[in-house]
Amino acid sequence: MTNIPETGKSTRVTVRLVGIQVLVLSLLLTLGGRLWYLQIRNGDQYEEEAAGNHVQQVIEPAVRGSILDSRGEPLADNETRLVVSASRTDLMKMDDDGEAVLTKLAGVLGMKPRTVMERVRLCDADTPKPCWNGSPYQPIPITDEATARQALQIREQKEEFPGITAEPSAVRRYGSPNDAATAQVLGYLSPVTDEEIEQAEDGDNPLLRTDQIGRAGLERSYDSELRGQAGVTSYRVDKLGRVIGEADKQPGVPGSNLVTSIDSRVQALAEKELAKAMKVARTEFDDNTGTNYKADSGAMVVMEADTGRVVAMASNPMYDPNDWVGGIDAATYKKLTGKKANYPLLNRATQGQSAPGSIFKPVTTTAAVNAGYDFDGNYQCSSDYSIGGQVFKNFESQSFGLIDLGRALEVSCDTVYYRLAHQEWLNDGGNKPKKKPDDWFYKTAHQFGLGEETGIDLPNEVTGRVPDRQWKKDYWKANKDAWCKQGKQDGDYTERIAYENCLEGMRMRAGDAVNYSIGQGDTLVTPIQMATMYGAIANGGTLYDPTIGKAVISADGKKVDMIEPKAHGKLPLDKATHAAIDDALAGVATRGTAAWRFTGWPQDKIPMHAKTGTAEVYGKQTTSWFATYTDEYTIVMTISQGGTGSGASAPAVRAVYNALYGVTEDGGIDPKKALLPKPQKKLPKISPDGRIEAP
Amino acid sequence: MTAGDGYFVRRFTPELGTWGRLTARDSLVRRVDWMLMISGLALSAVGTALVWSATRNRSDLTGGDPYYFVTRHAIFTTVGIALMAATVWVGHRTLRGVVPVLYGLSLVLVATVLSPLGTTINGSRAWLDLGGGFTVQPAEFTKITIILGMAMILAARVDAGDRQYPDHRTVVQALGMAAAPILIVVLMPDLGSAMVLTAIVLGVLLASGASNRWVLGLVLAGVSGAALVVSLGMLDEYQVNRFAAFANPALDPAGVGYNTNQARIAIGSGGATGKGLGEGSQTTGQFVPEQQTDFIFTVAGEELGFVGAGLILLLIGVMLWRACRIARGASDLYGTIVAAGVVAWFAFQAFENIGMTLGIMPVAGLPLPFVSYGGSSMFAVWIAVGLLQSVKAQRPLSA
Repeated sequence: MTNIPETGKSTRVTVRLVGIQVLVLSLLLTLGGRLWYLQIRNGDQYEEEAAGNHVQQVIEPAVRGSILDSRGEPLADNETRLVVSASRTDLMKMDDDGEAVLTKLAGVLGMKPRTVMERVRLCDADTPKPCWNGSPYQPIPITDEATARQALQIREQKEEFPGITAEPSAVRRYGSPNDAATAQVLGYLSPVTDEEIEQAEDGDNPLLRTDQIGRAGLERSYDSELRGQAGVTSYRVDKLGRVIGEADKQPGVPGSNLVTSIDSRVQALAEKELAKAMKVARTEFDDNTGTNYKADSGAMVVMEADTGRVVAMASNPMYDPNDWVGGIDAATYKKLTGKKANYPLLNRATQGQSAPGSIFKPVTTTAAVNAGYDFDGNYQCSSDYSIGGQVFKNFESQSFGLIDLGRALEVSCDTVYYRLAHQEWLNDGGNKPKKKPDDWFYKTAHQFGLGEETGIDLPNEVTGRVPDRQWKKDYWKANKDAWCKQGKQDGDYTERIAYENCLEGMRMRAGDAVNYSIGQGDTLVTPIQMATMYGAIANGGTLYDPTIGKAVISADGKKVDMIEPKAHGKLPLDKATHAAIDDALAGVATRGTAAWRFTGWPQDKIPMHAKTGTAEVYGKQTTSWFATYTDEYTIVMTISQGGTGSGASAPAVRAVYNALYGVTEDGGIDPKKALLPKPQKKLPKISPDGRIEAP
Repeated sequence: MTAGDGYFVRRFTPELGTWGRLTARDSLVRRVDWMLMISGLALSAVGTALVWSATRNRSDLTGGDPYYFVTRHAIFTTVGIALMAATVWVGHRTLRGVVPVLYGLSLVLVATVLSPLGTTINGSRAWLDLGGGFTVQPAEFTKITIILGMAMILAARVDAGDRQYPDHRTVVQALGMAAAPILIVVLMPDLGSAMVLTAIVLGVLLASGASNRWVLGLVLAGVSGAALVVSLGMLDEYQVNRFAAFANPALDPAGVGYNTNQARIAIGSGGATGKGLGEGSQTTGQFVPEQQTDFIFTVAGEELGFVGAGLILLLIGVMLWRACRIARGASDLYGTIVAAGVVAWFAFQAFENIGMTLGIMPVAGLPLPFVSYGGSSMFAVWIAVGLLQSVKAQRPLSA
């Protein structure tokens, strides 16, 4: 310290001054340390907080794509409604928080001022509904049913209605072209939930609070394609929420259009014929129950045999998909999901399952051939077949003597299959099964794709059930407690069954095997599984995943993504057996159980194949099944509690065939009347301006 | 005690030309502490830029003229530098003679604030409205008069060679002199200024060599007094909460808690190099209150980052280091106390101001010396620099 002069200061003062200097230095170091901690150590975190502070997003929802039928007719599209919205940001700038403006607006719209006020208030813990739970920076819709006159009034007096806009906006519409509602296939939309927003947050296409999301049907399976991507503009705002600049603009992408293989004309016919058949069935008397048939539900599937594409899919009971548009009210929702209406939201073609009855027999026939039985061999078709005192009757106790398997299919002789199934059951060890039983009948069912989803592009398809040994074991484990509790050796029918099940429900019994062979007992299938299976028999053995979506085409028509048919298996059939079964099924239509329904059919020009099924269900009336195919199409129909296959379902199926090929009353073919003699291969064209041309 | 009494700096040297006089070995130019000068000027320059950034878009405050604040800030700085020069010219020794007058004047001024003539801003009645958009905050000048007054009283007998240290009577006199304006400031209530004045009193007392008992006693009295006020419930809960909210924003989430949190976000989001002057989203979005005055450090933190904010700390450090040197090098106790008083003032005020923006000190309305917008503060700190320069210049040159 040479340049510090002698000041004659006392030591105490000098020491204190040094102390002050040290104190000052430590204060500065404290600040520096804290500064480092905030800016360097935690800088990223604060940067994020700052970003969240001052950016607000305004969202322009993308227009949802249309769902078109194969000729470009819109099954689902959007209609423009006049939506009157209020900008909360603008209203809050007013001295009375916009009350005067909203009151005036209520007058114009013919609404109560209170209702309008409630629509624009923000939801929070203390605010009861209705309230706005979206972003406060988003224009809040007040009504989507404004008339042109009201909209004009608002727009022309802009200064009278600051912050209020009346803009046309897109709302979903299910137009039912040609009267084809296609309700369960299309599905419906409803507003997105908080959980869904959270889940989608990190994905490519995050959900916005204003989004509607597909809940069922095609609206759900093709949701991301149809929805598009909303345009998001981020604005920088200050503390008071005033916009001070644009931070980021992400342009929206309108949703793509989905072209389906549905032909709305065929669809409408299927829906109409199904409803008619059920109506007719309800006039028929059922001897077994002593009442008319209930015909409570039904389905019809029309499928391209060579591709698995669905041309029509009808499910009854029906509903109007427009019920969902603009928010569903509680009463309608209750009706749509209620037991009284018999759950019209269910698509019976993919979500309805029941025992197939005799339309299952191609499976059993194949199984028998694969197990080594000769297709052309002689099998006894007696009126009944008994096993250990239990008598299994042929349908209506008919008997046909010694017949081959083809004839057994034609006349649907149950006792032939009883014998075969019983024999195989014995070969597998009977009540003391071998370690590795062959289980031909069950294995074949799995090879036909039964007991699992067909892979159709509709959500929540059910699998049906192949009641094999494994299933029996699992089912017994799950139910034995209840069975053993309920079962009584000398009780009524159900109690005796429960008793039996309790004791030996885990085992495959002879009766199970025999019942199964004719598609009865615990066997369950869906109409779409049957269509897939008969389609495979028609096309040479390929099990296609049924598809309804045919192509996804961008809104401007430029990008076309074809949805190609995909197979999930081959039928376990050699060529000869396949041809023999094909012949037999043609025989069903010409001289077998369905012949009386195909009188006058031009079989030489359009070879028809069919199989009838009448499945018995304990405690219910019989299920009517009818499975058919030509070279081009497979049609499967079922009516629950509807009667016999040929009786209840066949006329509707024939009517659809008549229309498809233009078959006239007298058996001629009128090409002019034919709706679709060959499946539609081409796609409708979508031009950049959104116009759609039929192919 | 070989004090350099009677050493006169302002010498008449006719044999030299102007340049010669300015650069002569014992000239004023040579005696000025240029590092102190430069750091003060640099801080004011940074302050000008920050005030510009914080106010250019504030049409609500500027009445549409984006240069309103920055122009005035530059004028204040210029006037402040002129006041500094004047202070050096007059010299702290000369001022010693008029301290009673200055003290009386400042006491009258602060007292006037409490009268109906005073103006209330942010809950403190601490301003006098001069008209024409000018207000003055007399408490700023009280800081100077307390330093000068206490230095005069405490150093009188020591510098006269009567005693080695101030005796008890002198200390009591000095404290009594300081108590009056502090009490008035507390009544305003201007908590920030009261805290700075208390820090000055402590610094002055320390540097004077007064008995340890006085220093410790004063600290103890302060702490127990504060504890008593809180425990006796003399303050409303919200006042206590507001004070403590810097540590726990939840105590006052809408007020101080919100502000300190926003201040922290602003500074933290600046990162290492900042978002660039005028680019801070927290600043342009006005998320931080009082950004051109009390919270100006947040602008530096957000827009200039660790580099810029650290530079401010560094400049303050340089300034305080020079001031400490001046205190130690002063030729008499009066000069030492004056310089140490300024050190205590600047150090505490900077620490409290920056500390509150960083969330380690309670929020109190205090400007950051040289940087914050505000005339009274700017004038006062430059006068203080003048005092430091005067103390430096009027000591004997090193041999």
